[in-house]
Amino acid sequence: MSWITKTFTSSIGRKIIMSLTGLFLCTFLVVHLIGNLQLFKHDGGAAFNTYSHFMGTNPIIRTIEWGLVLGFGFHIYEALMLTRRNKAARGSQGYVSNHSEQNSEWTSRNMGILGTIILIFLLVHLYNFFWRARFAGDLPRMGGADPLTRDYDNLYLAVVSSFHIWWYVLLYVAAQISLGYHLWHGFRSGFQTLGLNHRKYTPIIKYVGYAFAVVVSAGFASMPLYFFLFTNADGELAANAPALLQSVAAAF
Amino acid sequence: MAGSNPNAKPMNLTLKVWRQPNRQAQGKIVEYQVKDISPDMSFLEMLDVLNEDLLHAGQDPVAFDHDCREGICGSCDLFINGRSHGPEKGTTTCQLHMRKFSDGDTITIEPWRANAFPVNKDLSVDRSAFDRIIQAGGYVSVNTGGAPDGNEIPVPKEIADRAFEAATCIGCGACVAACKNASAMLFVSAKVSQLALLPQGQVERKTRVENMVAQMDKEGFGACTNIGSCAAECPVGISLENIAILNREFLAAKAASNNLA
Repeated sequence: MSWITKTFTSSIGRKIIMSLTGLFLCTFLVVHLIGNLQLFKHDGGAAFNTYSHFMGTNPIIRTIEWGLVLGFGFHIYEALMLTRRNKAARGSQGYVSNHSEQNSEWTSRNMGILGTIILIFLLVHLYNFFWRARFAGDLPRMGGADPLTRDYDNLYLAVVSSFHIWWYVLLYVAAQISLGYHLWHGFRSGFQTLGLNHRKYTPIIKYVGYAFAVVVSAGFASMPLYFFLFTNADGELAANAPALLQSVAAAF
Repeated sequence: MAGSNPNAKPMNLTLKVWRQPNRQAQGKIVEYQVKDISPDMSFLEMLDVLNEDLLHAGQDPVAFDHDCREGICGSCDLFINGRSHGPEKGTTTCQLHMRKFSDGDTITIEPWRANAFPVNKDLSVDRSAFDRIIQAGGYVSVNTGGAPDGNEIPVPKEIADRAFEAATCIGCGACVAACKNASAMLFVSAKVSQLALLPQGQVERKTRVENMVAQMDKEGFGACTNIGSCAAECPVGISLENIAILNREFLAAKAASNNLA
């Protein structure tokens, strides 16, 4: 084995891949969340569909997409490798009495379970939107007068109709709660693994991580909840929606 | 007894103790009653009372690890009521006193659990894996000459303090026992940080961390997932910052050492 493979198959090497891919995926979440905020624009999906068309066809985005595939792939692969090592290290005979809740946070001890929920969500999510938009080609067209956007996929409508299925909304919200807890530990953990621990910055990283976890998960979860609770099948705000939402929708 | 509390009432306790005749045998929890335990006794003295009772009854006493009973040597190693060294923070089992428990309590006592720490007998575990990690690099083997004059090699007080804090690790293994992953990284990081901070440790700095981490993996310890149980249970308060130091020492060594293997 060369020194390179030895480095990246060692316990610390695998942790470093875990943290680098994890932090990279955090940047993806930021981009994805900001892009998706266009769902809230009150224009019948024009902005969102234009954006999703751009993301699906732009050669630079399509190239970076492979980086994302690798990021997810290595994050999941290393998680499996590390979990296998760690389970073996713990041994077959467990403790009769173990009060780990008195010395650590629940979320830190359950990253694998949280990650698995996110993975299940990811597969459903990819099948429903990514696969249908990119490969299946069964989405309705946008139509309308604009010759440029007329033939774009109406992904907005697919999103809105999905977000009117109760179990789908439930899965999304459950996955976002899992993601929130995953990030609650994962964000600061990524920095610690890279050796970036300093008495000046570690407290800042910790609280930025907590804020990141809450903002990202609440941001994503707000989308299915908004469409399920407050809009009709076309994404139009329902007449009985709260006055605050009515005025916000009117403003955008 | 000098220094004891005259008002302290003796306690009766139920003990659930892990009994295992040897390495290969299946173990099980066995329940014992101990009576008239003074609150001023240490936890190990309470076990001495149990063992006297067992000997008088013609039974095999409970094997457990202990040596100095002053909180220095790191020999005592019990997992008490689901915590390394029991419920009190910053304390070894020998420094845990029975006044932390109440009359009528049931106390569960188990050995450290980890694949790399096999149980010898009852509560006694084999922690020689730690010795082999130290043998892999946790020392300074270069000749540093006779004792130098004071302050001839300037070491800033702050650095000396941090090295000393890392050096307080007594190698008891509470970190491994508490860790969900049975990771030894808090132990290894304390040793690596201590030597990496001081001038004597510089010569072997890169090779040391490479070899110690390789031995740690070979012994079958898990990989840290930054849960923090280890530092919370450490009787001498080794901080998680040391694991961050270990990670960057390892990465720097792998990137720049001359070892191709």
